[in-house]
Amino acid sequence: MKPLQRKLWRELLHLKGQMLAVAAVVACGISVFVSMSSVKYSLEASRQRYYSRFRFADLFVEVKRAPEFYREMVSRIPGVASVSTRIIADVTLDVPGLDEPATARLVSIPEYRTPVLNDIFLKKGRYIEPGKPEEVIVSKPFLEANHLVPGDHISAVINGRKKELLIVGMGLSPEYIYEVQPGSFFPDKRRFGVFWMSRRALESAMNMSGAFNNMSLTLAHGASEKDVIMQLDNLFRRYGSLGAYGRSEQLSDRFIVDEIKQVGIQITFLPVVFLAVAVFLLNVVLRRLVATQRDQIAVLKAMGYSNEDVGLHYLGFALIPTAVGSVAGTLLGAWLGRGLMNIYGDFYNFAELVYSFRFEDVALSVLLSFGAAVFGALGAVRKAVQLPPAEAMRPESPAIYKPGFFDRESLRSKIPVSLRIIVRNLERRRWKAAMTVLMISLAVAILVAGRFTYDSTERMVQVEFSEKHREDVTVLFNTPMSPSVAYAIASLDGVLEHEYYREESVKMGFGHRVRRQSIRGLQSSEGLQRLVDKNNRRLTLPPDGVVLTKTLADILGVRVGDRMQVDFLQGKQLHREVVVSGTIDEILGLSAYMNLGALNRLEGDGGALNAAYLRIDQAKAATLYTTFKKMPGVAGIMMLKAMKESFDELIAQSMTTSTLILTTFACVLAFAVVYNGARISLSERARELSSLRVLGMTEAEVSVILLGEQALLTILAIPVGFLIGIGLSWLLAEGLSSELYRLPLVFSAYNFFFACMVIIIVSALSGLLVRRKLLTLDLVEVLKTRE
Amino acid sequence: MPPSPTITVDINQSSLNAAADEPVLNISELSKSYVMGEVQVDALKGVSVKFYAGELVVLLGASGSGKSTLINIIGGLDVPSSGKLFFHGREITAATEAELTAYRRRSIGFVFQFYNLISSLTALENVQLVTEIAEHPMSAKEALLLVGLGHRLDHFPAQLSGGEQQRVAIARAIAKRPELLLCDEPTGALDFQTGKLVLDVLEKVNRELGTTTLVITHNASIAGMADRVVRLRSGEIVEDRKNLERLSPSELVW
Repeated sequence: MKPLQRKLWRELLHLKGQMLAVAAVVACGISVFVSMSSVKYSLEASRQRYYSRFRFADLFVEVKRAPEFYREMVSRIPGVASVSTRIIADVTLDVPGLDEPATARLVSIPEYRTPVLNDIFLKKGRYIEPGKPEEVIVSKPFLEANHLVPGDHISAVINGRKKELLIVGMGLSPEYIYEVQPGSFFPDKRRFGVFWMSRRALESAMNMSGAFNNMSLTLAHGASEKDVIMQLDNLFRRYGSLGAYGRSEQLSDRFIVDEIKQVGIQITFLPVVFLAVAVFLLNVVLRRLVATQRDQIAVLKAMGYSNEDVGLHYLGFALIPTAVGSVAGTLLGAWLGRGLMNIYGDFYNFAELVYSFRFEDVALSVLLSFGAAVFGALGAVRKAVQLPPAEAMRPESPAIYKPGFFDRESLRSKIPVSLRIIVRNLERRRWKAAMTVLMISLAVAILVAGRFTYDSTERMVQVEFSEKHREDVTVLFNTPMSPSVAYAIASLDGVLEHEYYREESVKMGFGHRVRRQSIRGLQSSEGLQRLVDKNNRRLTLPPDGVVLTKTLADILGVRVGDRMQVDFLQGKQLHREVVVSGTIDEILGLSAYMNLGALNRLEGDGGALNAAYLRIDQAKAATLYTTFKKMPGVAGIMMLKAMKESFDELIAQSMTTSTLILTTFACVLAFAVVYNGARISLSERARELSSLRVLGMTEAEVSVILLGEQALLTILAIPVGFLIGIGLSWLLAEGLSSELYRLPLVFSAYNFFFACMVIIIVSALSGLLVRRKLLTLDLVEVLKTRE
Repeated sequence: MPPSPTITVDINQSSLNAAADEPVLNISELSKSYVMGEVQVDALKGVSVKFYAGELVVLLGASGSGKSTLINIIGGLDVPSSGKLFFHGREITAATEAELTAYRRRSIGFVFQFYNLISSLTALENVQLVTEIAEHPMSAKEALLLVGLGHRLDHFPAQLSGGEQQRVAIARAIAKRPELLLCDEPTGALDFQTGKLVLDVLEKVNRELGTTTLVITHNASIAGMADRVVRLRSGEIVEDRKNLERLSPSELVW
C-alpha cells in the first residue's frame, strides 16, 4: 500500500465516529431505496407471474342469469381470446366456534380438472372428485383463520337449504389476492372465504342448469378493451349485467396496483432526504479535515505531489464511508425488503411471493450515493487542491468575529459569557448553523411524517368504525327485498335499532365522462350510517339530489348544482337526470348517496332494500345469528367490531414495523448530524476550550460552551422540523391517495411530543459522547499544538 | 504528471560541476507582498542573490525579515509579485503549476521548523511518501540510517522526540537526492543539544551528498557552520559574506 493510501486508512480509522455516521446515513438511504424498490419489483413480478400462470382474466361480466350458449357467442367477438363461464353465489356458513354466520363466496369450477381462467392454485389437499357435490376447495386465509384443514366439514345454507360441505383442498386464486367481502374494504378472514365447488353441484343447488351468472374473458394481443366491453354490455344488458369491467375495476387487482404505486412513491421520498444529509455531513467533515491538515497539504505539495494526487486523497475520505454505507445499506435493504414482503404476504394472498431485486436498482442507488458523496466532498476537495502551499504553511488567520445582534449594549449585560460565545459562533457562521438546523429538522420531519400515517390510520378507524357506522351488524340480502322485510326484521328478538339501504348500480355521466357506480339510498344520515368526511365533519343528506364523494365528483368533473345523467342498469333500466346536491370528502372508496325515498322515486318503483343495518342486544346476539344463518334471503352479515379487530390486527404489525424503521432511521440521522456538529466544534475549538479550562473554568462550564451550540440548534430545529414534517405528510397524503382511499391530514399531539422527545434524547446522547472526548483532552498538549 | 525538461537538471552531472561559476540559483529583483487578514505585508523588496552548487548557506534574519518567503519562492511553493528566479538558467518564476510540481518533485528537498510529519504515518512511511514519487531516490531506510534513525523506522511521529521528528523530516527531504535542500528554521523548535544533532545531520548531508543547502535561522550562532551567510532585514539583503572557516556544528555555541 502506498504511504498516501495508508494515511487515508489510518485517518479514516481515527475519524471513525464521524465516518461511521456518514456511512450510517448513506446506509439508511440506500436501504430504503433497495428495500422499497425490491418490494415494488417483487410485488410486480409476483403479480405478473401469478396472473399469467393461473390465467387471470382481463374482463369480467356479472349477470343475473344468462344461457350458456352465450359463451360460444362471446368467443366469436373479435379481440376475445378465451372465455370461461361460472356460477358465483354468496351464501351463509355455519363455522364451528363462530356464533355469527360467515359468508362463503361459492365459485364454480369444472368437475374434471381442466385449465380455466382464474384457475386455482391448490396449496394443500386435492381437487374435487366428480360426482361428489359436497366437496369444496376453500381459500387459504379463511381456513387458516378458522383453524380448518382439508377433511373438515362445514355447513352452508345454499339457496335456503342447509348443506354439509367437505373441505378437500386449500386453494388460492389470482382473483382474490386481496380477499374481501363485496362491499367491504377490509379483509375479515374468519367471516369471509372463497369456496370452489363443482359446477354441476352449484347448477343444481342454485337452479342454474344450462346457465351462468359470471363470465371472464381474456383479450387477444392488441384488442381494444373498450370495444369488447361495449359489445358485451349490448349482449348482456337484458340479462341484468351491471356492465363488463376490466382489471382496473377488479377490487383485488386495484388494491395491489395501488399498493405498488404507493411503494413507488415512498422510494422517492426518504432516500432523497438521506442523500441530502449525507452531502451535508461530508461537506462539513471534509472541510474541517482540510482545514486541520493545511500544513500536511502544504508538505505534500512541497514534496511534489500534484493537485490531482491531493484532491483524490481527500476525495477518498468521502468515497470510502460511502462505499461502506452502500454495502451495508444494500444488505440491510435486502433484509428489510424480505421482511416487508413477508408482511405483504399477510395482506395479499399470492401463490408464491418471490422476493428479488433488480441489479439496476441497487446500482442506481449506489451510483446516486457516490454522486452525492462527490458533490458533498467537492467544496473541501477543491479547497485542498487550490490551497497555495506557501499560504498553507502559515497558520489560518483567526476567524473574524464582528459584533452581532446580541452584542447590543442593552442585551450584552444580560447574557452570560458562555452564551455569548455560543451565539457569536452561530452568528458568524449563519449559513452552516442554518444548514445544521435544516438537517436536524429533517430527522424531526421524518418522525412526524412517519407517525402521521399512524395518526391518519387512527382517524380512519375512528371515522369508519365509530363515527360513520354505528351499527353492530350489516345484514346483506341476496336479492333486493320489498320494504316489508323491515317488519320481519323488526320483529326479531334482540334487534334494538334497524335501518335499511338500497344499492342501485348505475352508469353516471357528465359531459363525456362516464363511470360505473352504485348509488346508495339511505333512510337517514343521522341514524346508524352517517355521512362523515375525512376531517370528521358530518353532513346531512339532503332530501333530493345525489351526494358524491369528492374524488368521484372530481373524476366526473361535476360540481354541486350540476345535473348529471344516470342510467340504471337493473330493473326498468331507466335513464334519468339528477342534481348533484353535495359532495363529501370521505376516506374510503367512491360513493354516491341519496335519500332512500328520492332514489325510489327516481327508479320509479315501489322501493327495494338490499341490506339492513342493525343495532342488537348483545345478550341475544347468539340467537339472532342462528336465525340469520337459517334465513334464505340472507347472503351474509358483516360485523363492524369484527372488521375493526381484523383491521387492527392486520395493520398493527405493518404500522409498528414501519414506525420502528422510520424512527430508527430518524435517530440515525439526528445522531449523525448532532454528533458530527459537536465533533467538529470540538476540533475547531479544542485550543480555545482548553485555554478556558486552564484559566479556571470547570468541565461543566466548558461543556456548556461546546454542547450549548448543538443544543440551541437542536431546539431551533424542532419547530422547523414540525413544519417540514407537516409539509412532507401532506405530500405523502397526496401521493398515497387513490380512488380507494384518501389519507386524512391529521397530527396528534403525541406525534409532535414523540418526535420532540426522540430528537432531544438522541441529541443528548450524541452530545454526551462528544463530551467524553472533551474530558479526555490533554490541556498541555492542546496548548502546545501549533494552530 | 509529465516531467518538465525545461527545468530539470541531472543531479549527478551538476554535482560534478560544483566548482563551476554558473550559479544553481540566480535571483534578481525579487519582491513579494501579500495580504494577511486585513493587513498588506511587503515580505520581500527587490532581493537579488546567487547561490552556487554545493554551498551551505545560512540565511539570517529576525522574524518577519522575509527569509521564509524567499525560501518558499525558491522552493516553488510561492510565486513572487515581481522579479525573476532562475534555476540552472531556467526561469522558475515563469513556470506553470505542473512545472512547479515537477520542479519540487525532482530538485527540491524541504525541512520545516515544525517538522510537518504526517502523524498517521510511521517514520519509514513518511519518508516513503517521497521515495514513492521521486525518480532516483535512495531507499527510505537508507535515508533514515543517514540521519541516525535506523532504530526508529516503525515509530509514529507521536512516539518520537522533537529532534528525532526533525531528523525524519530531513531524511524525507534528502531521500530523493535533491539538488537543493531548503531548511526553514530546522532547529527553531528544538533545544540546544538536539538542535546541534540536527545541524550535524544537515552538515553531513551537505558534505557527503554535495547538496546545495540553504538554512534559514534567526539564530546567528548557527552562521558559523556555513560557507556563506546572507542576512535579511525587512525584506532586503543587508549582508552577504563568506566564512573563512566552516565550523563543525559541535563547535557552535548559543
